[in-house]
Amino acid sequence: MIEPLIYDLSSPGRMGVTLPEPDVPLAPLPAGLTRETLPLPEVAEIDVIRHFVRLSQLNYGIDTGFYPLGSCTMKYNPKINEDVARLSGFAHTHPLQDPTTVQGNLALMYSLQEWLMEIGGFAGVSLQPAAGAHGELTGILILRAYHHARGQAGRTKILIPDSAHGTNPASTAMAGMQVIELRSDARGNVDLESLRAACDDTVAGLMLTNPNTLGLFEEHLLEVVELVHRCGGLVYGDGANMNALLGVVRPGDLGFDVLHFNLHKTFSTPHGGGGPGSGPVGVAESLVEFLPGPIVEIVEDDETDEAPLYGLVMPARSIGRVKAFHGHFGMHVRAFTYMRMQGKRGLRAVADHAVLNANYLRARLRATYHVPFDRICMHEFVAEGRWEEAPDVRALDVAKRLMDHGFHPPTNYFPLIVHEALMIEPTETESVETLDRFIEAMESIAREARTEPETLHSAPHTTPFGRLDEVRAAKDLVLCCRPAFLEQERT
Amino acid sequence: MAYIPHTDDDRREMLQAVGVASLDDLYQAVPSKFRFPDLDLPEAISELEAAAELQALSEANLDVRHNACFLGAGAYHHFIPSAVDAILRRSEFYTAYTPYQPEVSQGTLQAIFEYQSLICNLTGMDVSNASHYDGATALAEAVILALNHHRGKRHKIVVSPAVHPHYRQTVRTYMQGMDLQILGDEESGARAADLSRLIDADTAMVAVQYPDFFGGITDFRPLGEAAHAVGALLCVVVNPLALGLLRPPSDFDADVVVGEGQPLGIPLSFGGPYLGHFTTKKDYVRKMAGRLVGETVDSRGQRGFVLTLTPREQHIRREKATSNICTNVALMALASAVYLSVMGRQGLRRVAELCYHKAHYAAAEIGRIPGFRIWNEGDFFHEFVVGCPRPVADINEHLLEHEIIGGYDLGTDYPSLAGHMLIAVTEMNSKDEIDDLVAVLEEATHD
Repeated sequence: MIEPLIYDLSSPGRMGVTLPEPDVPLAPLPAGLTRETLPLPEVAEIDVIRHFVRLSQLNYGIDTGFYPLGSCTMKYNPKINEDVARLSGFAHTHPLQDPTTVQGNLALMYSLQEWLMEIGGFAGVSLQPAAGAHGELTGILILRAYHHARGQAGRTKILIPDSAHGTNPASTAMAGMQVIELRSDARGNVDLESLRAACDDTVAGLMLTNPNTLGLFEEHLLEVVELVHRCGGLVYGDGANMNALLGVVRPGDLGFDVLHFNLHKTFSTPHGGGGPGSGPVGVAESLVEFLPGPIVEIVEDDETDEAPLYGLVMPARSIGRVKAFHGHFGMHVRAFTYMRMQGKRGLRAVADHAVLNANYLRARLRATYHVPFDRICMHEFVAEGRWEEAPDVRALDVAKRLMDHGFHPPTNYFPLIVHEALMIEPTETESVETLDRFIEAMESIAREARTEPETLHSAPHTTPFGRLDEVRAAKDLVLCCRPAFLEQERT
Repeated sequence: MAYIPHTDDDRREMLQAVGVASLDDLYQAVPSKFRFPDLDLPEAISELEAAAELQALSEANLDVRHNACFLGAGAYHHFIPSAVDAILRRSEFYTAYTPYQPEVSQGTLQAIFEYQSLICNLTGMDVSNASHYDGATALAEAVILALNHHRGKRHKIVVSPAVHPHYRQTVRTYMQGMDLQILGDEESGARAADLSRLIDADTAMVAVQYPDFFGGITDFRPLGEAAHAVGALLCVVVNPLALGLLRPPSDFDADVVVGEGQPLGIPLSFGGPYLGHFTTKKDYVRKMAGRLVGETVDSRGQRGFVLTLTPREQHIRREKATSNICTNVALMALASAVYLSVMGRQGLRRVAELCYHKAHYAAAEIGRIPGFRIWNEGDFFHEFVVGCPRPVADINEHLLEHEIIGGYDLGTDYPSLAGHMLIAVTEMNSKDEIDDLVAVLEEATHD
């Protein structure tokens, strides 16, 4: 099954592209600044296509099968999204063109900002952040700027529950703030005692994922928000789990001051094998002036039937740009299309069926898998991949064995507060038949755990590759292939 | 409802299995006061209607397919062979998540490994990560690497004013919570020699661009030596397409090389998604941010690939991680890997040369128009600065009437360069287009 590296397919003198001859007089090349060797492969177009198509066949994607990867919202990626993002007027416009020549793009971005504000209950949105973690960094910098503007530079602490995504503490540290970890209580909520003890005038804010990473809606949410606000802090929402809340509740109404959306989770833009994502940030009224820019505003509206004129504007006390240009526009087009096709009622239906699917799986699996926080969940839940009767079987074994049944495994070993965690998020786009087949596979694996644990330890058996040696990869560190001809030329 | 397969019967049976009477009953934990807001959002439209609406929105724009484009400034209009999108549309690639389960992700993993190899071989550096969001954020991550390399003991970085203005702004945004001085970019005319005077024992890194924002190409070896003499790192921001022709930054003994990979097979797409590439010397691999793919073997003895050195990353190290980066732009890295493969050793060189020759032809012709002056003094690649006899906005308006998207108004970022236009020329601009540009510019002086 091994596919050679692209360099292994190279043959001197072969070309994969045709290009025009120069139609202008040639200029002398810059003396002393041109390179002697260009160590790229020499392959025909057919070699390139076959190589990458064969590689694609070694991958598992949503289009291949069920992908219940908790916290990642692996819902179906509509095909129309891919078509419209490639329309010439979108795909071939330059980010620095005069705004009057890109009114279609700006109108689309403006609507997307407005819809995200409405869904989240916020007064402003910036589409600039490129991913969820980028949105987090943006949000924490906004909190910092807010406190500094009010002469409260002493607020340097960000409170983060122990169930949070690793990006939360990492983003906080990147923004130069201090992380204070909060315990979870026995029901999986933020421990109120731990929170109360931490709330003082050095607190800049709390980062909260709601529903949390156990898939549970915080039972004391309003109290948590009030405690933080009362000590002068702000509340940051990690919107990774927004899929459960569409049309159900608006984070802004609950008191969240900042929240990032993941267009690549909630709004169906593809994950691309690790990006590009898009992480717009929504904020309450008091924070609008700190948003990163530029954002799209109506700069001229003569109240006639004519379309208004849209422009790109930097908010008054902006934290600044968080990247070049205006954000991942190609993802904005896809998310816009999705929201347009769902409409108001469709978005609520997305949440309803995501939550229904998760609870159906939980209800059917709880007899065979221990669910440590077993109550009505939101869009996902966490089970344990361990049994007293099968002491050496681990969550990893369950995950790997699922591949033999044709499924992508759930997220494992996260959240950290559950032992041998299997975090399962089915999303709304899966049918009950698919869920039933998954349940059968999970039950079959639970039986094997007791009767033939070896089959689990050595899984997967039917995939093109077996378990890979991660220790060896880290020890040998082969991170790059140097073509043989380059090595020869060097010697 | 779109993309929700449930029938009424399905819903009934599933609710029964869960033990609740209705969908609304699933939300008891949500404060009732705020439950089920009446959102002010449009009603749904069908796929057919959505396609028409998006088509209409896209046609409200002028694009570079229907207008000659001489606008660059960090995003460039290049030829993209059809092979690139044929691979990007393989949904086994684009509907996969980050390759956490290597047994069913060897496609993504090997593609990233090949991307790492291609970028390392192009830049001459030892190791590449799987990508950052764009060139600007890659530079910000390079600053963090340099500060960590010096264990937080150095508090200064020196940045050339000829580094892309958005990149410098992004670095300042990222660094606002840090005790760090960023200097060197106050004066647009500053040269490399001026920068070396600013480097001292408190300097963690020196950042320059190659070709620089004004298109200029400079040998940064002396600057690198000045930086290294006091233990500072040299970071070079590069346009990787230019490296089809130009000496790699490893020749300047660069420690970190970052930049915007958009020219390598990624459409302009109004500014994103693009590709931040990031390579370093192997000494810094453990300080590096982002995903890294390494070679290994599987339980059956086959060569395979995995994400490696993960203890640097946020999901393991949390607040002690080298960065918060999680989702990056893997699909864009794949695009550039396919592009570099299909262009290959000869193709990339030829594209770079076409850009170079066409830009020099354009500069020579524009330089002959009375009132226009070429600002660049040294060598340049495919972009150059023109001093104009009238405000740049006026000239661009005139060019637009002739279906030409003109250059970037440098007065936006450099007050001392008001009245100067940055013009980019690529293989997409035919001689006829360049001649039209020259004719309309000449005409613009008479109005």
